[in-house]
Amino acid sequence: MSLLDRVLKLDRRWIFLLVALAVTVPLFLRIEQKIEVTPESRGIVRALEALPPGARVLLACDYDPGSAAELQPMTAAFLKYALSRGLRVVVMGLWPQGPMQADLALQEALAHPAVAALAPRYGVDYINLGFQSGNEIVIQRMGSSVPAAFPRDARGRPIDEFPIMAGVRDFGAFGYVFSISAGYPGTVEWVQFAGDRFHAAIGSGTTAVSAPLYYTYFPRQVTGVLGGMKGAAEFETLTGFAGKGTAFMLSQSFAHIVVVLFVVAGNAAFFLARRRRAATPPEVTP
Amino acid sequence: MSLDPGIWLAALLTLGIFSFLYRDNPAYKVCEAIFVGVSAGYWFVSLFWQNIWPKLVLNLRDAAGLLFGHGVWDPRWLYLFAGILGLMMLMRLLPKGGWISRWPLAFIVGTTAGLYMITYLQSNAISQVHDTLVPLAGPGSGRLLFLPLPFAVHWNALFVFAGTFTGLVYFFFSVEHKRLAGGTARVGILFLMVTFGASFGYTVMSRMSLLIGRMDFLFGQWLGLAR
Repeated sequence: MSLLDRVLKLDRRWIFLLVALAVTVPLFLRIEQKIEVTPESRGIVRALEALPPGARVLLACDYDPGSAAELQPMTAAFLKYALSRGLRVVVMGLWPQGPMQADLALQEALAHPAVAALAPRYGVDYINLGFQSGNEIVIQRMGSSVPAAFPRDARGRPIDEFPIMAGVRDFGAFGYVFSISAGYPGTVEWVQFAGDRFHAAIGSGTTAVSAPLYYTYFPRQVTGVLGGMKGAAEFETLTGFAGKGTAFMLSQSFAHIVVVLFVVAGNAAFFLARRRRAATPPEVTP
Repeated sequence: MSLDPGIWLAALLTLGIFSFLYRDNPAYKVCEAIFVGVSAGYWFVSLFWQNIWPKLVLNLRDAAGLLFGHGVWDPRWLYLFAGILGLMMLMRLLPKGGWISRWPLAFIVGTTAGLYMITYLQSNAISQVHDTLVPLAGPGSGRLLFLPLPFAVHWNALFVFAGTFTGLVYFFFSVEHKRLAGGTARVGILFLMVTFGASFGYTVMSRMSLLIGRMDFLFGQWLGLAR
């Protein structure tokens, strides 16, 4: 069997094994990879930098554990940066598990020295409003009344008990809305309802598979887009809160090299096989 | 290595799912069935306690308390309408009552169409056309090769416009794709191929991220080997 035949008939489990190695080995390496920052990521940091300390930001966590590998690093980095700058963070979710993921990220952020030094307090500097069903209708309702959409926080206490929610009526109370989105409902609905209808400033953190769709909103409808793990790594680089996004980029790069090599090898084998077939005279049956 | 039984269970289930990459096997089937069952159970409980209980039962209970206790009509009785529509949807399960479910479906389709007609047109059509055309040229002075221009040309915007225009020509079938139309459509194909390639690249990154997350869990949280 020639090398060409071997490539064409390669058992796909070898590919799985190589991809697994490419992803796993870098987890044990201590190589720092330089992260190039794109204007789409810079736009989010610029919008946050423009806010004065004490301004409220709304963090919509619309994802579940299935997308946590991509989105949890950017949630944690966003919370660390916002809380360390003295911004007041209101967390909510249109996905049931979103606010729970935000709680995990909050624990991580509150343990960071830069955030712990400010000793942010629940209900004063940050709050988790929890999940509210209704998808985009919830956003629509928040446009006229946030307390009507979220009468209680995630722990079941009335929101008028918390200083952070004092005077919050609609999106005008928030200097920035950051949508971390894994699909529907997510960034598209935030842009359509909160952004285009109620003129809220929106930023999007999204899974890589959705990112090409959301780039079309940049820069007018959203101030920035963080696309997948690379987006999280860029945000971490810009804000100085290095986390899992940056740590995982080496695995990401190795895996991409393997995929590109297999794409090149597969295409080369395909065209060589086609040329060989064309050169071989057809069998004549008597 | 973790001593948390929850971590161990998650790790064994992860390995069970990964075992499918070698070949289909009973361990994979068990893990898959557990995943489907747990997901269905989670969503049922979640939807009951976060929708039906607080929005239907509690609202109707409060409204009934006001009406029968104080003789006050409360607008929350309108939730009864939603409850009835929900019950009508379940009629689909009856052998002869399936047609009843078409009424709530018609309500959902009608309200969704009404809600999205303007929002999609505004956000995903008009705004996109605006952003494709308006940034093409702005005030100032630019250059076209060696010729001075009275306005600044934004080359990125011009590139986006060219991609949009030639891509649309490719999908415009009222004119035969020959000569100028054919050439423009071919350029459109190139833009489309680059777009699909970028989407594929992002999809690969997305899937790899999920795999990295699982590997980090196995070698980090479970075995305690990775950083």
